[in-house]
Amino acid sequence: MSRHLKALPALGLLVLLAYLPYLPVELPGLLPGRVNGPGSMQLLAICLTMAGIALSYDVVFGRTGLLSFGHALFVAAGSYLTAIGMASLGLPLPLAALLALVGTTALALVVGGIALRVGGIAFAMVTLAFAQAASIIVLRNPGDVTGGEEGRSLDRDLMPDLLLGVNNAPYRYWLALAFVAVAWLAVAWLSRTRAGHAMAAVRENEARAAVLGFDVYRAKLIAVVVAAFLGGLGGVVHAVVLGGSNPHLTTAEFTLSLLVMVVLGGAGSRWGAVLGGFLYTYADSRLVNLSGSSLLESLPGALGNVLSQPLFVLGTFFVIVVYFAPTGLTGLGHRVLRRERVE
Amino acid sequence: MSDVVLLVVTGLGLGALYFLAASGLSLIYGLMGVLNFAHGSFMVAGAYAGWLTMTGLPDSLGVGVRMAVAIAVALAVGALIGFVVEAVLIRPLYRRHIQQVLVTVGLSLTAVAAVQGVWGSDAHPLDKPAWLAATTDLAGAEVPNDRFLFIAAALLLFGGLLALLRFTRLGLVIRAGVENRTMVEALGINVQRTFSVVFAIGGAAAGLAGLLAGVYANSVSPLQGGSMLIYAFIVVVIGGMGSLTGTAVAAVAVGLVQQLANYYAASGVGDLSVVLLLAVVLLVRPASMQGAH
Amino acid sequence: MTTTTTTSARRQEAQPILRVEDLHVRYGGSHVLQGVSFDVPATGVTALLGRNGVGKTTTLKAVLGLAPRSGGVALAGRDVTRWSVTRTVREGVGYVPEDREVFGGLTVEENLRLVGGDVGVDAPIVGELFPDLVRRRAQKAGTLSGGQQQMVALARVLLRDNRLLLVDEPTKGLAPKLVTEVADVLARVAQTTPILLVEQNLPVVRRIADTVVVLDAGQVVHRGPAEELVSDPDLTRELLGVSMRREARQ
Repeated sequence: MSRHLKALPALGLLVLLAYLPYLPVELPGLLPGRVNGPGSMQLLAICLTMAGIALSYDVVFGRTGLLSFGHALFVAAGSYLTAIGMASLGLPLPLAALLALVGTTALALVVGGIALRVGGIAFAMVTLAFAQAASIIVLRNPGDVTGGEEGRSLDRDLMPDLLLGVNNAPYRYWLALAFVAVAWLAVAWLSRTRAGHAMAAVRENEARAAVLGFDVYRAKLIAVVVAAFLGGLGGVVHAVVLGGSNPHLTTAEFTLSLLVMVVLGGAGSRWGAVLGGFLYTYADSRLVNLSGSSLLESLPGALGNVLSQPLFVLGTFFVIVVYFAPTGLTGLGHRVLRRERVE
Repeated sequence: MSDVVLLVVTGLGLGALYFLAASGLSLIYGLMGVLNFAHGSFMVAGAYAGWLTMTGLPDSLGVGVRMAVAIAVALAVGALIGFVVEAVLIRPLYRRHIQQVLVTVGLSLTAVAAVQGVWGSDAHPLDKPAWLAATTDLAGAEVPNDRFLFIAAALLLFGGLLALLRFTRLGLVIRAGVENRTMVEALGINVQRTFSVVFAIGGAAAGLAGLLAGVYANSVSPLQGGSMLIYAFIVVVIGGMGSLTGTAVAAVAVGLVQQLANYYAASGVGDLSVVLLLAVVLLVRPASMQGAH
Repeated sequence: MTTTTTTSARRQEAQPILRVEDLHVRYGGSHVLQGVSFDVPATGVTALLGRNGVGKTTTLKAVLGLAPRSGGVALAGRDVTRWSVTRTVREGVGYVPEDREVFGGLTVEENLRLVGGDVGVDAPIVGELFPDLVRRRAQKAGTLSGGQQQMVALARVLLRDNRLLLVDEPTKGLAPKLVTEVADVLARVAQTTPILLVEQNLPVVRRIADTVVVLDAGQVVHRGPAEELVSDPDLTRELLGVSMRREARQ
């Protein structure tokens, strides 16, 4: 199959998703109200944003094999620097976003440069510590720039009207969709470059990659920086879609959820990361609605309460996937397809 | 002067809590190469087991007695959970380190959510005996007594673990396994059995750390384990991953730095300087940090 | 086991202690062993030879279960391929790895007790074969010389009752005097226990080996009596890429 043919399913899906804001049908149980209603559009926008952010995380985790627990740091940097750039420096959104991207990339160079001095599990711990430092700063609210536990709203006066208000939810949805498309193309392009080949070699076997003449440290640093750039971009979009920055973005729990998304969908695969990010976010938000459902009410008290915790359900599901479908949902899908073809 | 004494003792108390949490992590990592994210859940389990014991026992027993029973229960629950997690979740994924980490990540999410589901996400106040809440005059400083309890518990654990490692057959196998686990197996020694024991010991220490962190905060809450865990991770990395003495030194250093910087600079600076300390250690001696696996 | 003792004892003469059949090892993308088959007789030293990187160490590891293997490995007629490493060793396969791999942070005594349990350097065999280790019992193994570490690595496997020893390049990097000492020890051990020996030092092979198996590119290219190979310079050069004379002068 040629490269162009391979891109067809993704392109078709993109066109379909881009058309959703014109679709006035209801999908009861699946989406709140009409597909193109503001509730559904907002939900889908968040899901898409997280899908793109999961894709950015997969650059380090799935493609380079680096277990980073600090990716939240870069997403949060993108989000917070946008909010701060607008509120504290009075920059319009595009300039604030640019500032956020430059800042995030610089941060990634510093953090990656230090953390990559160690490998394996130590790298995971060090990235976690850096993310934790960011979390502490954000919560302590130095000089009142981060807003502490409240987070920081985007200054509405500096926002383009098109991205504001309930009725403009479709524009935010399209913005999120565009972000996913950009991240998708960037990752596709990256995987064809020499740096991308180096990352794949590092993932398979670091010692052998070095023997093959790849600069391992450089390949890893590029992976961290590219992932951070895309994650920072995701943070900008996240801030626009949600109208501000939230300290939850800085928590270790957020990074862990990115890891869960990528593994659920299938690490090292664009479809896997995007699917995992989308479905996890969707499930996380819809499972909350389940908590009031009659099914759970009929269960004895404690069990119903536990099952009404989205993270309990997702965490359990995640453990099951790690055991029984280590290649994630897309890997599972591939296996089923292959078996059908064989039979 | 009294300020310094107070800060040093409270810093040591905090370091003691970190050591209780980190010693198990370090041993588990050193021997098995498993970064145990569920360790925070072990702490929460110990804290809640202790809290439930405290509230479940009749008031007539007195706070001190109930606290003593609660500590025993926290140790036992931590050990049991550690043992079960190793046997059920970790062992089947033998040597697949990334997947083992992922499973403990999933478990940490699930456990916290389960605790929130059953007992709510709010903090529950934890009683403590009057003598523990009181202070002792030490060179002019009014030092809260619970800090001494933390330090004593950490010293007991440190001494006990050192003795275990030095004088027992199990300790010999653990020390050899931390150095080169493959070779231990290639000598016909069943390392798997030591994994269960190490997880149980780590779980017991974490359970105790969880309850004592509750004593420190005067309450137990589902998220306490997670924030402790991150400092415990930092301690493990600074301590050299897998070295018990290194972990003890790092725990003290982190506790002291945090307390002193928080006091003399500004609140929050201490927490940041701990991360800075980690960065400096990494830059100065990265090679010793690679760990055994 | 006990019910078949009489019959298996009678067959012992003919039956090889180890039979390797169509053994394959794949690491990631590379196919290191490509169908290796050979027998190790129940007595004497079998030397596994070949140029660097042909899969000698991998073969030993695969026999023990330390490398991901497929194919047949049988110890005295029993299939071991489903056994764990630990079980294989407990069933009597002793392993002395390349580069010794002693526990550097442990004392000599502790290194031996790991296998010997209650007895370390006080075991009779240690005093008999490795008197130097008795004197150094309290020394950290990491501070020993290469030769002394090799003695620790040999001593600790001998504390178990072995039916077969896998010994990987025991003389590598040792001074000539120590090479002789190690060869002496191996010759003594081989009187009671068969050894599968990976060895680059041809004089050592000539001295102690009875049978040779030569590997090249993951396959067996020669099997036969040791004498036949080492006394034929052309064959040695062809199979191992070394000349016996040059090797002897080193």
